[in-house]
Amino acid sequence: MKGRLDPRRIGLSLVAPVLALVFAAVIAVVVLVVSGYSPKSTITQMLDYSAQPRTQVLIINTATYYYLSAVAVAIGFKMNLFNIGVDGQYRLAALVAAAVGGNVALPGPVNIVLMILVAMAVGAMWSGIAGVLRAWRGVSEVISTIMLNAISTAIIAYLLRPGRLAVQTQGSNNIGTKPIPESGRVGGISLIPDAGMKVFGLIVVAVLVGVGYSVLLNRTVFGFDLRATGGSQTAAVASGVDVKRMLVVAMLLSGAVAGLVGMPQLIGQSYSYSLDFPTGLGFTGIAIALLGRNHPVGIAFGALLWAFLDQSSQILDLEGVPKEIVTIIQGATVLSVVIAYELVRRYRLVAEQRNVGKALGETAEPPAVTTGAPA
Amino acid sequence: MSVVTPTTVSPVPAGRPPRPGAGNVRRTTITIALAVVGLILLLSVVRKLSGATDLTAAGAISAALALAVPIAMAGLGGLWSERAGVVNIGLEGMMILGTWGAGWAGYQWGPWAGLVAAVIFGAVGGLLHAIATVVFTVDHIVSGVAINILALGATQYLSKALFEGTEGGSTKQSPPVHPDMGGFSVPGIRDPLASIEKHGWFFVSDVAGILRGLLTNLSWITLIAILLFPLTYWVLWRTAFGLRLRSCGESPVAAESLGINVYRTKIIAVVVSGGLSGVGGAALALAASNFYQEGQTGGRGYIGLAAMIFGNWRTGMLAAGSALFGFSDALQLRGGGSVHALLLLVAIIVILVGLWQLYRRRVVQGLIALLSGVAVLAYYLVSDQVPGELTGALPYVTTLLVLALASQRLRMPAADGLPYRRGQGS
Repeated sequence: MKGRLDPRRIGLSLVAPVLALVFAAVIAVVVLVVSGYSPKSTITQMLDYSAQPRTQVLIINTATYYYLSAVAVAIGFKMNLFNIGVDGQYRLAALVAAAVGGNVALPGPVNIVLMILVAMAVGAMWSGIAGVLRAWRGVSEVISTIMLNAISTAIIAYLLRPGRLAVQTQGSNNIGTKPIPESGRVGGISLIPDAGMKVFGLIVVAVLVGVGYSVLLNRTVFGFDLRATGGSQTAAVASGVDVKRMLVVAMLLSGAVAGLVGMPQLIGQSYSYSLDFPTGLGFTGIAIALLGRNHPVGIAFGALLWAFLDQSSQILDLEGVPKEIVTIIQGATVLSVVIAYELVRRYRLVAEQRNVGKALGETAEPPAVTTGAPA
Repeated sequence: MSVVTPTTVSPVPAGRPPRPGAGNVRRTTITIALAVVGLILLLSVVRKLSGATDLTAAGAISAALALAVPIAMAGLGGLWSERAGVVNIGLEGMMILGTWGAGWAGYQWGPWAGLVAAVIFGAVGGLLHAIATVVFTVDHIVSGVAINILALGATQYLSKALFEGTEGGSTKQSPPVHPDMGGFSVPGIRDPLASIEKHGWFFVSDVAGILRGLLTNLSWITLIAILLFPLTYWVLWRTAFGLRLRSCGESPVAAESLGINVYRTKIIAVVVSGGLSGVGGAALALAASNFYQEGQTGGRGYIGLAAMIFGNWRTGMLAAGSALFGFSDALQLRGGGSVHALLLLVAIIVILVGLWQLYRRRVVQGLIALLSGVAVLAYYLVSDQVPGELTGALPYVTTLLVLALASQRLRMPAADGLPYRRGQGS
């Protein structure tokens, strides 16, 4: 147990994200100063704005779908699979689920469950294509999911037309799927008083997904095989793991979770898939999964941080500061967090070698830092 | 083209080492020439069968060329980087930086300054990627994703800070670039070719239309982009520097043992890669339009990456892949019946590939290809037109099909994407 709860070890793994955040903040301050804005008032405005109850609800809601998206990406990461296609998977899944929910007249709860299952199935099917291509045809999942993203954009554009799946939204020139009936909606939870709006009811699903992800990875044979295959494919094969099957199953799971990404928004707020349904959440998920190191709790913090940056920056445009400063912070965070993890890893390697040296009573200094690198 | 003549797909079949020498070069030239003639013949047949005259019209060809250039430049950037062993998914971000640089410098100091700025901005993105992946051995794809986020945020931020309030500019767009960059035509061929094209003769008019599209009204950036292909081929495959660069992509440890500075070589390659993506951005901001606009790249960096893989990490096939994407883009933009005719083209090609596979006794692949070909043909026959929204997906579906059917023939540089640190082999 010492390995897991060693305070030094925990400290070291916290150093990297903290360092990275500080570094990203420094970059943001420099950019603001150079372009003639006051960093102090910018930060104060963001903090003040995020202290309002309404903003806090928005932060939690945004974090909900960011979390789902990041877990979907993380499942792939655990297996060394890079599911860039979460974006296409959740949009297609949300569209089909919305169409089903709007057109099928089933009693409330059944309808909700049906929509969720349809979304998971569509997401899994879409990512499964990439999984099968990877397992049996050796096609890099990075490329195939990029292609599938583009294809799903085209399919959505095709389906989301009046006469196909879409109807004119009343009182605007937006079009969307037929609204989900009253009974098929999930009400919000009044988590924060005086906010004037509620937290997504489907935050429960996000929590369940997080718990499920954690249990799956750490408490099941499948999770063990998954991590083993991700760690070393040859070792996994030697211990009897069917790697091709694992590739496909991991991709299917990732896609199924990706299918859920649009659900809190769909069933909890917009009730229909329209032209202004949020896009690009899949790419955010990649960044957050990296930030949280694929750990279920780490991802939660990452999602909250990302949502905080996104929502609290909404005030900035009103104050004349381009709110894209936040995107710069986010990009810098991703880059610096991985660099920080690498530096910490190198430091830890040297330290471990030194400890081994000490314990054996031999050379106190490791022979060469550089030999530790091959991953 | 790869689909038409599978024999030419891989210049280096497994187990048969390449034989440098005149005979080999002549054979390659002949097969390429045959492939081109075959493709034009096929286009003529499809044009005659479907009556879609747009397929080989000079306008369509010239639009295809213009649309292929940004994709080709991103792909060429990817080629430089991946041949040196660094996977570059940040091409999209570097291209975004390129479009912004072109707009920003272009509206102040003219289009040529815009081009230079685009190259510099793209190269800065490349340098960032190089530092992260080569110096800090960060996962290449992670770094690329971060650069894409960063480039988007930085350009949006800078646009708001610098373009808002300028004349003709807004928070999402730069002021227009004046004057127009101008272009180039091979003198004395436009009118004769146009008159031949008008007759609609089988094959001859098609050749005339294609030539007129390729040789007249070229923007300077298109011309530069075309010249960059032989230049890249020459540098990477015919110079000592190129050999070293490729050796870093195949086996950095071996390269190091021969005294090559692997870090420096890789960094140069990735910076060049960024610069080339910048040229692609400039083509969008200076040739396809005359301003920077948010979202102008529209994912072309990713498509360039796909074109490069499609092209098996080689310049010639990369050009062919970019041309395919550009061609279907152009037909889609021009609308009409030509996209529908493209279905017939795809059907014929896929069926030919299927027959070829059966002839080579690859029964499963052959049957899959035949079935998909017949399915496309059936769709062509029963439908009058392709829904506009779906035609956009055609190049992506094609890429997926090619990857699914031919991925075993593709070979990426052996150490592509792997972390390397100095001395790791000892």
